[in-house]
Formats: sequence, structure tokens, C-alpha cells
Amino acid sequence: MDAIPSTLDAERAYRDMRLMREFEDQLHVAIARGNVPGFTHLYAGEEASAVGVCLHLDDGDVLCSTHRAHGHFLAKGGDVDALALEIYGKQGGVCGGKGGSMHVADFARGMWGANAIIGASVPHALGAAFAFRYRGENGVAVSFGGDGASNQGAGLESMNLAVVLNLPVLFVLEDNGYAETTASSWAVGGVPVERAAGFGMAAVEVDGSDVVDVYEKIGEGVARARAGGGPSFFHVRVPLFHGHYEGDPETYRAPGEVARLRAEQDCLTLFRARLLAAGRMSAADLDAIDEDCRARAAAALAAADAAPFPPQSALVTDVYARY
Amino acid sequence: MALVTTRDAIRNALIEEMERDSRVFVIGEDIAGGMGAPGEQDAWGGVFGVTKGLLGRFGRERVIDTPISETAFLGLGIGAANAGLRPVVEVMFVDFFGVCFDQVLNNMAKFRYMYGGQVATPITVRTSYGAGFGAAAQHSQTLYALFAHVPGLKVAVPSNPYDAKGLLASAIRDDDPTLVFEHKALYDVSGEVPEGSYTVPFGEAAVVREGGDCCVVAFGNMVPIAARAAERLAADGIEVTLVDPRTIAPLDTETILDCVRECGRLVVVDESHPVCSMASEIAALVATSCPEVLRAPVVKCTAPHAPVPFSPGLEKHYAPSADAVEEAVRKCLR
Repeated sequence: MDAIPSTLDAERAYRDMRLMREFEDQLHVAIARGNVPGFTHLYAGEEASAVGVCLHLDDGDVLCSTHRAHGHFLAKGGDVDALALEIYGKQGGVCGGKGGSMHVADFARGMWGANAIIGASVPHALGAAFAFRYRGENGVAVSFGGDGASNQGAGLESMNLAVVLNLPVLFVLEDNGYAETTASSWAVGGVPVERAAGFGMAAVEVDGSDVVDVYEKIGEGVARARAGGGPSFFHVRVPLFHGHYEGDPETYRAPGEVARLRAEQDCLTLFRARLLAAGRMSAADLDAIDEDCRARAAAALAAADAAPFPPQSALVTDVYARY
Repeated sequence: MALVTTRDAIRNALIEEMERDSRVFVIGEDIAGGMGAPGEQDAWGGVFGVTKGLLGRFGRERVIDTPISETAFLGLGIGAANAGLRPVVEVMFVDFFGVCFDQVLNNMAKFRYMYGGQVATPITVRTSYGAGFGAAAQHSQTLYALFAHVPGLKVAVPSNPYDAKGLLASAIRDDDPTLVFEHKALYDVSGEVPEGSYTVPFGEAAVVREGGDCCVVAFGNMVPIAARAAERLAADGIEVTLVDPRTIAPLDTETILDCVRECGRLVVVDESHPVCSMASEIAALVATSCPEVLRAPVVKCTAPHAPVPFSPGLEKHYAPSADAVEEAVRKCLR
């Protein structure tokens, strides 16, 4: 295993991943109690991907996401309180309660939204990248998609167009093994990195349980994009700790599969052990972060639970800028 | 005032908007043409020659040819609009929305609402529509009603060069996603267009002809056809009031209802299919607003509920003709 690079902000990486995990572990309990409306897709297990990518981005860079976006939202700098309010559909939610879990977005932070049509957000990243180049800025756009999105025309068309126009965009395929109930090993023909290489872009495999591996490989893609070298593709294999959606009975998974993934591929467990072994952080420091994240998540969810719904007048606002 | 074709009027709107606002760019298939090819650049200027010459003025940075890949380049336009640019995307034929409608329906129309007003998507999408060119079922449809059905979109259907230019300028300056429907038959039609930049506002119908015997509401290329019918009817002593809504989202319901109240009779002329169409919408508007003023049933003069045929012998019967409009008005007056 490589050393942890000195440029990697280890404390931020650990804190961001831990906050995501704490938030979703507690959200999972709240959902089971019936306190949360609608459909929720948890990111737990995949945190190293969002964090390893977003360590390279600032607010001026753009991220386009999927229906499984809580981690992307937090990694891009979104506020956990506003996230909780949105997931509960409450007033003060980051989208005023009109989007919910599947549409969390914070445009001021360059988080252009969860998008619940599989593959639909991929070309929007091209638009962001196009705008950077049009204005002579050196921003980059990152398109997150799952293994399901990797088979959608929107994603494949966008990979081609990004190469043709040489746009500063990164395609991050988070392969958690399943598109709903269907195994990616069955549904994805060929090899994802070979597909991307076939379009003419750099493409690498990434260990999504290792935030260092994500950080290092994405760093090369971001540098390439900022230098005018065009798009790159990353096949990030990540474990899925919950079902497709909350309430999914997960009958399609192997007995013991989730327990094994949690034991062997938990990015937080692995990173914590590495930080301790390398002497980068102490157990006491890490424990303090854990406790802080636990409290922040609990406070955010409790406040969201108690908050009022938006007023009825909001039903028909923001349909148009002007009409 | 100079006589200008609709094609040139639209091109002039693009040139003027690109000159006044550096955020405006055009993108689409063959919008210049010849990209990467060994021969002439700006080979086509779009399949109808509307954007011919933009390349020489604005260069490849602002005139973007694309692969045949509507979802990708329309989605790119949406993203660029979210980033604050003013893309004008050309979808060559309205029929081609079949391969990219998700970007319209679930994305550009929804962003503002589902993200709680955080973002504006000031994209303009130009597309061609209409029968009459031997292009058969997949290149001839009239589908603007599909778009008017979706909240979040604005839709213009100009009927003449003046409106085509002014509505396109308005669309480009608008902060909402807009679509402009250009009938193929109108590209070569000339009309008076003043020099220089101007806008025609969305949501304001034009009363093309004042009559009083029957209100005729027509859309796009049906406006000149209905005007021809009105001339003939006038020779017979029947004076119609002809209303051109110009935009169908927003729709100027007041002007339409005022006209119907005055005339007591309504004919709607629409090249689209008769089901769930603008013709149906106008009929429903009157039925729910002022049914008591109607002295005869509303007459819908539309294309049949069938795809557009290829054979010239069949296609000539497809879209409403001046004869069909004349007959519809006479039926309404009986």
C-alpha cells in the first residue's frame, strides 16, 4: 500500500467520510421508524469516492450527480442541516423542500444536483465544462454515474462528445455492483475502462474503498483537464452497504454479502487504520471527529424532523423565472 | 421596410443577439457544416441554411458543430445555460426530440422548480416542423403541443418573418428555457422586417385581421393559410377575425376570449393532430370560460389523427388548406 500523500488533507477526508456515514446511519434508523417521506437511496460504503474526488475541487468546479447523492452533496461542501431539511421535505431545505433526497443541489457550491433520471446529468457536466472553456476559466466538471448509468445512451453519447470537443470533464463511474436488483457483472457488456478508452480518453480502475487511491488517480484526471488535456474516465468499484432504496428487502444479494463488504471494504475502517499506522492522526483525534460527526448528524436530523413543511403558496413558485 | 425572408430574419436575430451578448452561442448538427471534412467549411449553415454565415462572423468558438447526438448536445446546452451562458441549440427536426426528450421533459423544464429556484436555465432551442416537403412520417410532424403541456417551458410558434425574428430575440434574452418552432414552409416566405434589433414579447397574441363574424385562431404556418381563406370569405361578405397567438406557452387567453366573445363563433386551425392539441386546448378554454357566448359549436380544423404520409398525392391532403379553413368557417356559420 502506498504512503498517504502529504497533499491529502487527511483530517478533512476522514471527517467528511465520517459525517456522511453518521448522517446516513442515523437517517436509516429514522426512515425505518417511518419519519422520512418518499424514496431515499443511501450512499453508505461509497464515501471514499465522493471525498477522494472532491478534495481536488473548489466551489467554482462543478459536480453533476445521481439519485444517490447525499455523499456528493456533503463532499462538495453542502450544508448538512439544509440537506436534512430537504430530505424531510421541510421549509429551509436546500431546495425549499421541492426536490427531496433525489434532487439535493447547492449551485453556490458547484453541486449541480442529484438527478433521478439515470444518466441524464452526464451531458450537463459537459455544459459546465464547455462554459469554463468558453470563458477562459480553468474549472473542471465531474460527472458521477452508477453502473446503471454506464449503459444509458446519455452517458455514452456524452463520453463521445466530450472527446470530440476536448472538454475538461471527469467521468466517475461508481460501480456498486447493482443497478437496482440487477448485477452490473451481468448488465455491463465488456469492460468499462476499455469502453472509455475506446472513445479515446484516459481510463483507469480505482479502488473505491481506498480514499487514497481515489485521491491520487482523480488528481491526475483533474490536472489533465485543467491543463486542456480533455476528459478522463474512472471505474471506481465501491461496496453498497444498504439496498437500492431504503426499504429494499435485498433478496437479490448473497447471504452474508453485506456483512462481508462491511468487514472487508469499509473505507472508514481502512482509512482509520492507515492513518494510525502512518502516525498521521491519533486515535483520540479520530474518536473526537467521530463524536463530533455523530452529534452534528443527530442535530441536523432532529431539527429537520421538527421543522415545518413549506407553505402551500410554494406549490406553484419557481416554475418559471418570469411568466 | 425591406422585404426579408423568414430564414434571413432568424439569421439576423442570431447575429444581432450574438453581437450584443457574448454569452450567446449556437450549437447543433451541421449548424455550420463541414467540420473535420476536407472541403468547404460552413458547408450548410444548418440543414435549412438558417445559420449560414455565422461561422465567418463568430468562429468555431461560438458556432459549434456536433456529432449526431441530440441528447449529448442538448444536455450540454442545458448545462451551459445553468452556468450562465445563452445557448441557442438547433434540433434539426422536431421529430428528433424522440431521441432527446428526457433532456426537455425531465431536465431543462424541471431544474428551476426541483432545485427550489436556485438556478435559471436560459436555453433557447430552435427546431423545424411541418408537412409538405415529401419528408414523410419522421421529418414532418407538428408537435409543439407536447412542449406546451410541460410546466417550465416557454414555446413560440411564429407565423411570419417579423415575429420569427422578434420572438427569437425574446427567447434568447429570456431567463427560462424556450423553444421556437419554425415551419419549413415559412423559411422562404418574405415579409416586412425593420432594420436592427427588436423583440416581440411572449404571451401577446396578434390580431391579424379584424372581422367579427367568426373568430379564427391559427398557429404558425396555418396563419397565412387562414388569412388566404379569410380573403376569399371576405369576397363573399363573411368577415373573420384572425388571431395568431404567436406563443402557446404562455398563451394570451384574454385576446382569444375577447375575440370569441365578440364573434360568438370559433374555428381553430392547427396543423397538429386533433387529439390533446392546441386546437383542443383553445376549444376547452372557451368551453370553460365563456360557453354562453357560443352561437355554434367550435370547429377544429386540423390534420388527421394519422402520421404524415410520403406520397405527394396523400400529403397534399394532410395539413389544413385554405379550402379546408374556408369550409370550416362556413360550417361554423351555418
